[in-house]
Amino acid sequence: MKFLVCITQVPDTTTKITFTPDKKAFNAAGVQFIINPYDEIALTRALELKETLGGTVTVINVGQAVTEANIRKALAIGADDAIRINTEPTDAYYVAFQIAEVAKKNGYDVILTGKESIDYNGGQVPMMLGELMGLPSVSVATKLDINGTVATLEREIDGGKEVVETKLPFVAGAQKGMAEPRIPNMRGIMTARTKPLTVVEPAACDLLSSSVLFDSPAAKGECKMIDPNNVGELVNLLHTEAKAI
Amino acid sequence: MSVLIFAENWDGKFKKSTYEAISYGAELAKQAGGSVTAVVVGNVSDEDMKALGKYGAQKVLSVKNDKLNAMNPSAYASAIAQASQKESAKIIVISYTYSGRSVAGRVAVRMKAGLVAGATALPSSTSPFTIRKKCFSGKGLTDVVVSSDVKVVGLTPNSYKVNTADGSASIESFTPTFSDADFASTSKETKKTSGKIPLTEADIVVSAGRGLKGPENWGMVEQLAELLGAATACSKPVADVGWRPHHEHVGQTGITIGPNLYIAIGISGAIQHLAGVSSSKVIVVINNDKEAPFFKAANYGICGDAFEVVPKLIEEVKKFKSAH
Ligand SMILES: Cc1cc2nc3c(=O)[nH]c(=O)nc-3n(C[C@H](O)[C@H](O)[C@H](O)COP(=O)(O)OP(=O)(O)OC[C@H]3O[C@@H](n4cnc5c(N)ncnc54)[C@H](O)[C@@H]3O)c2cc1C
Repeated sequence: MKFLVCITQVPDTTTKITFTPDKKAFNAAGVQFIINPYDEIALTRALELKETLGGTVTVINVGQAVTEANIRKALAIGADDAIRINTEPTDAYYVAFQIAEVAKKNGYDVILTGKESIDYNGGQVPMMLGELMGLPSVSVATKLDINGTVATLEREIDGGKEVVETKLPFVAGAQKGMAEPRIPNMRGIMTARTKPLTVVEPAACDLLSSSVLFDSPAAKGECKMIDPNNVGELVNLLHTEAKAI
Repeated sequence: MSVLIFAENWDGKFKKSTYEAISYGAELAKQAGGSVTAVVVGNVSDEDMKALGKYGAQKVLSVKNDKLNAMNPSAYASAIAQASQKESAKIIVISYTYSGRSVAGRVAVRMKAGLVAGATALPSSTSPFTIRKKCFSGKGLTDVVVSSDVKVVGLTPNSYKVNTADGSASIESFTPTFSDADFASTSKETKKTSGKIPLTEADIVVSAGRGLKGPENWGMVEQLAELLGAATACSKPVADVGWRPHHEHVGQTGITIGPNLYIAIGISGAIQHLAGVSSSKVIVVINNDKEAPFFKAANYGICGDAFEVVPKLIEEVKKFKSAH
């Protein structure tokens, strides 16, 4: 069975997010980049399934050469090989389009992504990829099992969960619960260096949207402290001042 | 310039997020002088569909098909895309709920439309078409310019007010065509989190963390939530050790919420937790450590022992509720 896992790199979750003075870009100076946490979940589930079903796990990334350290980390965790599409990602459509071009040629049975990247939080790559490839897609999937040519997934819905059955091939976005991320071991780190990492050039693609300006959220005003012996004052303020109750 | 809104329903009923999306779409159409059509997929009563007129919909395209009773991303996207072609819609508004997230990207690809995945406001400019959304899990904001002819706006629930006026929408039955590929995946079963208010839709959320020491102490959290008509949430470690179910975990790696009021009890306010709740309109923090970072992100704070403060708060809320 051929698995494809889409990975992207994002700022470490403890990063203080700042932007360049002209507000046109994220300020990456001194920032540590990690594999998007949801992509790591997707990768781990693919590896677990490969261990029982056999096959190969390929990771794919749309990004410049700077992402290769994280691609090697994915290989160290256990992916067999990697593809990097050599271009700066602009929006979800662009990323999905580039991956679809490669995936159509190679033919995969299961394509996994994270449910969203924690930088742009759009969550659209799995759905757009499904549409571009004419495949079913499941967003925010908390479980994935495969039996023959049928996959059973659980996905989050408003106010609960839904069990979805789909034919292979399909695309799904991984959410917490699908697997517990693995840490690379020494052997993994050693073998990662020699695993194949193919670089391909991007295909021509229309630009539909772009992020033109960034800003930080407005700082909260001073926190009003209330005496723990006068809790009634909180209720009063929430009603009269904050109009929240 | 016509606007199409996907009016989502749950077992035949609309919710606040549906009305928000219609109010939003109606305002866009008003600014540009265009028509407002809602597309409804599933079995909703005529009365409820007509009532969408109150929020600004002029017409409802009603798609009824037994195969569409459960949400299916590909088939729903087909229906929405065909409805937008029929209406020559230039803007498609989809509330960014779980289902909305599942269809928006597919609709965008079909229409070759740029998508704003999680808009939090009306466009700041219509030429170029620019809309603000959150990024970096709430730690940043970005202006997204959509340059395609047709545009899809995924509207974050709880971020636009519901507008009401007199009005009744006309209903037109609509029969899109589907391909076999639209039904390659099927819904087998839904498991509802029983009786509770879904976290993403709640106006008020009462949340607690490791400061509560153990799952046996959540009774007061649930009681406070019930009194306020609130949903309950928790911090990550609390869900990780199984004190609370995972679907209550809010933050960077959990659910992102933006309620009117967020009450945090015994939660330190780590940056990953704040990422999921910082867009709450009013934040109340109850913590016995005056240095807890959460106070810096709060509007109101009580520095004290949760086991003393929360029972008092419950009594005060009871008094308030009986007086109002
Ligand atoms: C990659 C990554 C992702 C993460 N994602 C998330 C996420 O999505 N959501 C999330 O919540 N966390 C997340 N975390 C964890 C986060 O860093 C914190 O560890 C976590 O939020 C702390 O939870 P807490 O506030 O409940 O517990 P603690 O940090 O232990 O804080 C407990 C608080 O309770 C107070 N307290 C103790 N006793 C009392 C009392 N009797 N009365 C009142 N107050 C009391 C203490 O003063 C303290 O402030 C993530 C971490 C990483 C590394």
